[in-house]
This record gives sequence, structure tokens and C-alpha cells, in this order.
Amino acid sequence: MTPALLKNHHRQRILLALALGLLLVAGLSLLFGRYPAPGLLTWERLSSDSLAARLVLNLRLPRLLTALLLGMTLSAAGMVFQMLFSNPLVEPGFLGVSQGAAFGAALSIVCLGGTAIVTQSAAAFFALAGLGVSYLLAHRLRYGGWVLRLVLAGIAVSALFSAGLGLLKYMADPLRQLPEITFWLLGGLASVTWARLLTILPVVLVGLLVMLLYRWRLNLLALSEQTSFSLGAAPGRERWLLIFAAVLPTAALIAVTGMVGWVGLIMPHIARRLFGADTRFSLPASMLLGGLFTVLCDDLARTLLAGEIPLGILTSLFGALIFLALMMFQKSRAKQ
Amino acid sequence: MTAPLLSFQNVTFGYRRDRQPFLQDVTFDLHPGRITAILGPNGAGKTTLLYLALGWLAAWTGGIRLDGLPLRQHSRLERGRWLALVPQNEHTPFDYTVLEYALMGRAPHMPPLGIPAAADYDAALQALDQVGLAALAEHPVPQLSGGEHQLMLLARAVAQRPRLLLLDEPTAHLDLRNKSRLIQMMKTLRTEGVTLLMTNHEPEVVLAVADDVLLMEPGRPPLFGPLEQALTAEALSRVYGLPIRLVDVDGHKQVLWT
Repeated sequence: MTPALLKNHHRQRILLALALGLLLVAGLSLLFGRYPAPGLLTWERLSSDSLAARLVLNLRLPRLLTALLLGMTLSAAGMVFQMLFSNPLVEPGFLGVSQGAAFGAALSIVCLGGTAIVTQSAAAFFALAGLGVSYLLAHRLRYGGWVLRLVLAGIAVSALFSAGLGLLKYMADPLRQLPEITFWLLGGLASVTWARLLTILPVVLVGLLVMLLYRWRLNLLALSEQTSFSLGAAPGRERWLLIFAAVLPTAALIAVTGMVGWVGLIMPHIARRLFGADTRFSLPASMLLGGLFTVLCDDLARTLLAGEIPLGILTSLFGALIFLALMMFQKSRAKQ
Repeated sequence: MTAPLLSFQNVTFGYRRDRQPFLQDVTFDLHPGRITAILGPNGAGKTTLLYLALGWLAAWTGGIRLDGLPLRQHSRLERGRWLALVPQNEHTPFDYTVLEYALMGRAPHMPPLGIPAAADYDAALQALDQVGLAALAEHPVPQLSGGEHQLMLLARAVAQRPRLLLLDEPTAHLDLRNKSRLIQMMKTLRTEGVTLLMTNHEPEVVLAVADDVLLMEPGRPPLFGPLEQALTAEALSRVYGLPIRLVDVDGHKQVLWT
């Protein structure tokens, strides 16, 4: 066997180990929490205490699955975007999606009463509107290549929504509405229920599946348009397919969870550092690492204090710390 | 003479419909196993012509045929197996290994959404061996020198096993040693029956490898013919607007200009 195939074999085994580790962490997370006291639920307790069983099935399980899907989707979408734009600094929300969702949520809280279902619908609607407007603008712009046009359109649309968000914050009632907006912007999974998870599940699963199927072909789409065309790809069509496969589940998830930052930016970097640039391995690795990271962060978010810590704070904190550690390690290796 | 592999018949093309066409009345045939050089000053449309041959750009009028069939009637995958492109500049910010990069040339031979198989790895390694980069297979792409990078792009195209290889300025920015290595590679490919179409700025490279020349002049139909007939001192002087002489040095033609 050639060294490259051996290396692939090795990578596959690490991916498998990562997947098993993720399942184990997910299983333990179901038992981990603050009922009745901080720690793990025992099996006797689960079988004898019906409240504990209901807590695990109706509260912790949908929340765990949402955390898992959120992490996997943001990380996979981040990888797809970084490859398509040949830019390691983009994240899944940058095409007007994150700012659109934030604007929609704030609009609902300030003007539409702010019930959970209205807030989620408004966030999802404006997140998709952000993407739609970016798409149309990119087609209308008469400047630069494909990447530059989309990036410019995304920046412009994000800026418009963030101006709107600023206005809404300014208008908001500082005692009732402003804290609610702030809390939404920090992200959290406390309000997740089975019903909400099930409404977004189809689009999330389809998006993840499309990205996973494209795990090797994504390499081609990261090349220049002419080159990927010369390799038999249809860069225009296939890139848009992947953008939608990345953005639709992202929009659906952040509508439910609020803004959870840094996962989509950092997990792809870690995955590439560990598995190399070839997305055949780094994309699934990014998915698994993102799922693991977000589940662990959410475990801390709900157990560290008696009250809930916004998830976005923890993902930013630990994401940035891991990232810094990684960059410093890389530097020392490069110097040798 | 054998049937042409690729033929342009009175092709016109422009980037803007409200202007005069940029390329006018381009007619030529590429025959199998020959190297054709597209020579001309900056802005004459050399790369545009290459992209027309690739099918990336569509001609306004006229016909482009690949193996007797209109180019765009071949499917995308078929075209990927017939034609390969060595682009002029290609940069990736990501740490691919040289082998992973060359492997992308196997895409048109794989099932849709497929994953490279062991045979694809063999083909990519063989291509790397052919261009002399086998030792660098596990080397990160961003750390390659300019010449190695160019050879790697060629290896990706060779892994694609094309009948017609399109090269955009393959010898630009290369030192003499790498230039001669690339010229040798092109000659080897020709003996293997591959047809090559390249754009080039450098008359000495064209004189060294080309069988046919397409001499482009802004605003006029290009001249096409065998090297000796098309590449004359008068034609070169007119196209570049410079007094150019062709001299014989040890039996090789050389270009002199002042």
C-alpha cells in the first residue's frame, strides 16, 4: 500500500474514534446535569424516578440533539464557505444570514410581541432574506469576480441589517425588551423543545447530507472557476447548491438557538490542522469536532451555575482559547 | 491528413455585445499529436481563445468542434476526459499535499460524488513521477517553488489523461532550467499522442517546441500555419510593432530584437 493510502486509512480510523467519542460524550451528557444535585444520574434513579426519566427524554434529549446538530452544521457550513471562498476567515453567517436573523429576532421582540414562535419565524425569515438579497446583489454587482462580488454583497447586507438592529435596540424598552434582545444575541438552547427541533430537523439533515456527500468534490469547487470547469464540474450550479445546503440549515438552527459564534469559524481550522486540507477528511472531521465542542459547551452552559449561561459566551471563550493554543503550537513547529 | 481533433471555423467572440467582437474570424484545425502555440502581444486574446477551446466561453458565431462534434454537445464529464487545462496562476491558501492536489485531475474519471480509489492514487502518483515531482508527493503545496508549482499543475492535467492539453503561459516566471524541463515534458506528451495548445509570450519557447503557430494581432484575424511558414520575421515585426530578426544559431532559429 502506498504511504498516501496508509495515511488515509489512519485518518479514517481517527474519524471513527472521534465519532465513537462523540457518541459517548452525548450519552454521558444526557445523564449529566443539576438534577437533583450537580452530577450524573444513576441508572436506578432513572428507572425509579419518573420525573428524572421525563427530564432526560423531554428536556435533555432534544436539547442535546439540537446542540449536536448546531455544532455539526455550523462547522460543516464554515468549512464549505472557507473552501468555496478560498478564504479561511469567513464563517457561515457572513452572507447576511447572522445579521438578518438577529434583526428578525429583535424586530419580533420590539414590535411583534416577542413570543418564542414569532421570534423564531422572524429570525428564520430575515436570515433567508439576508441570503436572498446577498444573492441578488451579487448578480447585479458589476465589479470583481464571483468571490469578491458575494463577499461585498454579504458585507453590505449585513451592514444594513446591523443598522436596523441598532435602531431596534435604541427603540427597545431598556427594562423588558433590551435584555431579551441581548440574551437572544448571546445564544442558548434553554428554549429547545421536541416540537421546535422536529420542525427544523428535515432541512438540517438534508443540508448535512448534501455537504457530506460533497466532501471530496468540494476540493474541486475551491479552485478557480475555469479550472473546476475543466475538471468536469459545473462551478456555478454546484457552488450555489452547496451554499444553500450550508446556509438553510444554519438559518433554521440559529433561528431556534440565537447567535452561537465562533464554532463555524474555528472548528474548520482545527479540522484542517489535524486532518490536512483535503475536505474528504477535514469536512467530516469538522462536523464531528463541532458537534463534540458544542455539546460540551452546552453541558457547561446548563450546569456550571444554577442559572443558565448563554451558550454563545462559552463557545466564544473556549473556541478562542483553543484557537490561540493551536496557533501558538503551529508557530513553534514551523520555526523548527 | 488525419481528421482534426479540434477545429475553429470562423469563430467570433466578444465580452460585450454592444461593442465590436474581440476575436474575429478565427479559423484553424488542431491535428492529433502536434503542439500549437498561440503567440501574440498582451491583450490580443490568447487566453480568451484557450477558454473558447475549453468550452468555458461560448463563441458568438462560428463553430468549434471537438472530434467532429460541436464542443458543447459533449457532456461536461466527456469534455473533462478529452480536455485538460493548465492555468496560468493558481493559488490555494490551504495546505494540500502535492498528491492530494494532483488527485483532483482524476475527477472526470470518477463517478459523480465519488471518492478517489486506489487506481486514482496510482494514476496521480504516476503523473507526479512523470513530471519529476514524485519525491515531493507528501509536500505541502504552498511551500513549493514557482517551477515546482507549475510542474504540479501539469501533473494534475496529466493525471486527467486528456487527448488535448490546454496550457496558459506554461513557461511564464520559470527560470531556464525549469523552462527546459517543461519543454521536455511537452515533447514527451506529444510523443505519447497528446495534442497540446498553449499560449505563450516567448518566441524562443515557441521556436523550441511548436509544430504550428497561431499568431494573434489585435483587431485582425489571426494567422495560422506550420511554424516555418507562420513565424516569419516580417509577421513578428508587424504583430509586436518592433523590428525583429530571426537568425540561425547552430541550426536553431533564434529571435533577435532591439
